Amino acid sequence: MSIKSTLRAATALSLISAGSVFADGHSSTITIATVNNGDMIRMQGYTDQFTEQTGIAVEWVTLEENVLRQRVTTDITTNGGQFDIMTIGMYETPIWGANGWLVPLDNLSDEYDVDDILPAMAGGLSHDGTLYAAPFYGESSMIMYRTDLMEAAGLEMPDAPTWEFIREAAAAMTDRDAEINGICLRGKAGWGEGGAFITAMSNSFGARVFDENWVPQLDSAEWAETLNFFVDMMSESGPAGYATNGFNENLSLFQQGKCGMWIDATVAASFVTNPNDSDVADSVSFALAPDTGLGKRSNWLWAWALGIPAGTQQQDEAMQFIEWATSKDYIELIAENEGWANVPPGARTSLYETPEYQEVPFAQMTLDSILSADPNQPTVDPVPYVGVQFAAIPEWAGMWTQVSQEFSAAYAGQQTVEEALANAQAIATEEMEAAGY
Amino acid sequence: MATQHSRSAARIMMAPAVVLLLGWMLVPLTMTLYFSFKRYLPLRGGDLGWTGFDNYVRFVSSSAFWPAVQTTLLIVGGVLVITIALGILLAILLDQPMWGQGIVRILVIAPFFVMPTVSALVWKNMFMDPVNGLFAHLWRFFGAEPISWLSEASLPSIVMIVSWQWLPFATLILLTAIQSLDSEQLEAAEMDGASPLNRFWFIILPHLSRAVTIVLLIQTIFLLSIFAEIFVTTGGAFGTRTLTYLIYQRVLESQNVGLGSAGGVYAIILANIVAIFLMRIVGKNLDA
Amino acid sequence: MARAVTTQRKTLNTILAWAVGLLIFFPILWTILTSFKTEAQAIASPPIFLNFDWTLENYAVVQERSDYMRFLWNSLIIAGGSTVLGIIIAVPAAWSMAFVPSKRTKDILLWMLSTKMLPAVGVLYPIYLICIELGVLDNRAALVVILMLINLPIIVWMLYTYFREIPGEILEAARMDGATLKEELLYILTPMAVPGIASTLLLNFILAWNEAFWTLNLTAVDAAPLTAFIASYSSPEGLFFAKLSAASTMAIAPILILGWFSQKQLVRGLTFGAVK
Repeated sequence: MSIKSTLRAATALSLISAGSVFADGHSSTITIATVNNGDMIRMQGYTDQFTEQTGIAVEWVTLEENVLRQRVTTDITTNGGQFDIMTIGMYETPIWGANGWLVPLDNLSDEYDVDDILPAMAGGLSHDGTLYAAPFYGESSMIMYRTDLMEAAGLEMPDAPTWEFIREAAAAMTDRDAEINGICLRGKAGWGEGGAFITAMSNSFGARVFDENWVPQLDSAEWAETLNFFVDMMSESGPAGYATNGFNENLSLFQQGKCGMWIDATVAASFVTNPNDSDVADSVSFALAPDTGLGKRSNWLWAWALGIPAGTQQQDEAMQFIEWATSKDYIELIAENEGWANVPPGARTSLYETPEYQEVPFAQMTLDSILSADPNQPTVDPVPYVGVQFAAIPEWAGMWTQVSQEFSAAYAGQQTVEEALANAQAIATEEMEAAGY
Repeated sequence: MATQHSRSAARIMMAPAVVLLLGWMLVPLTMTLYFSFKRYLPLRGGDLGWTGFDNYVRFVSSSAFWPAVQTTLLIVGGVLVITIALGILLAILLDQPMWGQGIVRILVIAPFFVMPTVSALVWKNMFMDPVNGLFAHLWRFFGAEPISWLSEASLPSIVMIVSWQWLPFATLILLTAIQSLDSEQLEAAEMDGASPLNRFWFIILPHLSRAVTIVLLIQTIFLLSIFAEIFVTTGGAFGTRTLTYLIYQRVLESQNVGLGSAGGVYAIILANIVAIFLMRIVGKNLDA
Repeated sequence: MARAVTTQRKTLNTILAWAVGLLIFFPILWTILTSFKTEAQAIASPPIFLNFDWTLENYAVVQERSDYMRFLWNSLIIAGGSTVLGIIIAVPAAWSMAFVPSKRTKDILLWMLSTKMLPAVGVLYPIYLICIELGVLDNRAALVVILMLINLPIIVWMLYTYFREIPGEILEAARMDGATLKEELLYILTPMAVPGIASTLLLNFILAWNEAFWTLNLTAVDAAPLTAFIASYSSPEGLFFAKLSAASTMAIAPILILGWFSQKQLVRGLTFGAVK
């Protein structure tokens, strides 16, 4: 085969020109693919300590979330073996685990104390009761709001508000001339962006994505109610152009004092309360994500976790790293050097029992939010899937990205809510058929 | 005058390039064709057997297919029109005597050196962001409501970003062509009382036709497969999903390699239709 | 009689051309400026142009997080290697097309260009599987070959258009004097074609440098070039305009500088034989 021999020839050629191709392939280097979020970047800064303790060198491949997903999925499905540890989420882990692509984490040491991992997190990262990835940090979503604006509006935020209250409060806080929007929410297309938010929100309105027979339910009255409520509220009190706002855009809006309320990931709390980055750091408070009285709230559940691909040659070294990075000791290391507010949250029960951490203003609300999300029973009506703001099936990412694009087009006023839902239903039906349901 | 000897030598010299490209074309093409007749879902265990033309039927009958073809053609066409029109004007301007011509030329060609990913990121975040973008500041300065570019004017925004990247290429080729224009001919026309517009229309433009052809051909090849600009800015939302992007969604987001491969075959067909179309209108210009 | 250009007109041209030039260059200038600001200054309203406290902090942060030199080195090897390899393969092919044309020459050229039309993402899985099979994932040599194949059609075509402008009579004369094919190629043709080869080299170096699909998807650590470097700064949590600008500046600076120094060659190279 001509390609094969050409490649060989070229390999030889480049060995001459670039002698170091295989030079750093000694056995105790592990390669970790990770996402470029703050907690992971911080971890990279401390890997020297791990290397000192164990003699294992670490190579980081840090990528933006979408690129990372594309990269690790290609590699795991083809058994490419490029990484010894992959940073994956609650969506990928159960699917990959079920396919036997991840090394089961059932041999963790006693001092690691695997039972200390928050049950909600461990549950979402397991398949058939076996843990396949260790949570580095976990999150739910909650309301972050400006106490000063709330007060000025003459309102008081309950600990567990309803959507009706939120909508009224948002309208009361909005002052467009002063560039203050009552509420900032994700409208950006993508299953992990606006798509995640609207799905979690729909749960509280009694909607579901599939019925028990995997028939898409986007044409239901509950979905119409969810989407109409969202669009109406955002046009009353949301920022201009919210159809392209994701986590980042809303974070910077909130930090600049342009939002009265923001419902988003609990990890955002440490950003908005950090006086170095946030203009409103000392006037932020927290509440549980809203509901409509049907028994489900609109908060999600997510964890970024470390998993080991089954094809790796360096399983033991990778295991050692995971034990280090997701341990109690690591949390203490960060607390010591960076302060308790900066430790990776939402992974371990013991963290929330630490007196110093309980002082952190958002700690309790984060825990309450995590505990109130149930991936096994996410909706009012029964569903065949696991996952709060997603369904842990291989087709979800593709299907829901397209669906959320239809929603975003409705947010931007390019089509009506009814059109968006009709298109979404058609897309979901197509995708499910293509997958053979 | 070519002898038999030099002919066979010529063949031998052409062989490596031809064989390599043949391989580079045939191997992926064969594999794409192979996968396109398979139910191949990596996350569901990989190869699930043959399915005949199911993938082909499914890909075209998807509600996203025709809009994607339309978007592809709109983006390619839009960028071509903008880069060629502005390129001609810019080339004429740069051909005029001025101070600091070299530096201006450097400024104009600079966007060509910027990676598509970087240029998309810069435009998206630092210019088109409806809150912190420079355009938003500019709009507010003039008392207007900032535009959310990537949702309200998504397609024009992407066409603009891509045009910015390709304008230097068009300008340079057109500039070289203009510089080769016989200035005496222009002067003669001016003496005869031809207006600047007439001179442009009857002398400069015909002279540029060959250069325009080249720009058209090369840019079309690159533009049909633009990806990074869409991936970074809209992720295919707001009617910016091109055929290439649709294939990406099928292969990587939906993890349906069979369906995506069928899409790949359609993309090749579309590219060839465009190519044949191009050859028809411009082919004669390529003859020496 | 050459037309005298009035100073007034020249001034007008100059102003207009500089305005347009600066407008086109502005996004790059803005990126460079932003890279020297703090994150807060980068999103300040109204925007700050020059009167901010210039800081190198972003560059320090970026360098501390990722080993820039390694990415740079990989980019240089991959872009350089693929270009040189491409030229080596393309010169003989372009030569024979230009000087021993047959009636199929044009068809072959157009066919070569058409191989560029296969959408890369559609063949990601096949190519990834082939690379696993050959054990060349995250391997610079493999990327050199792949990028060479991607750009080969353009290289052949550019060289072909140059070679065709070389008058055939010179070669005839050399042949009369008994020059062999090899001598003809080495001593007569090559020197005449040097400017063409140089500009082809440059253009393809730029194209290979900016290629972001294969270089991102087929690499991890050892072979990761600057396109992968950028992907780690593109949209993190929190404020990132300034750091993104610094990373972007670092990624485009080498090629920008190279391009500027060699813009004369490049300008000639971009004619594609469009000028006769």
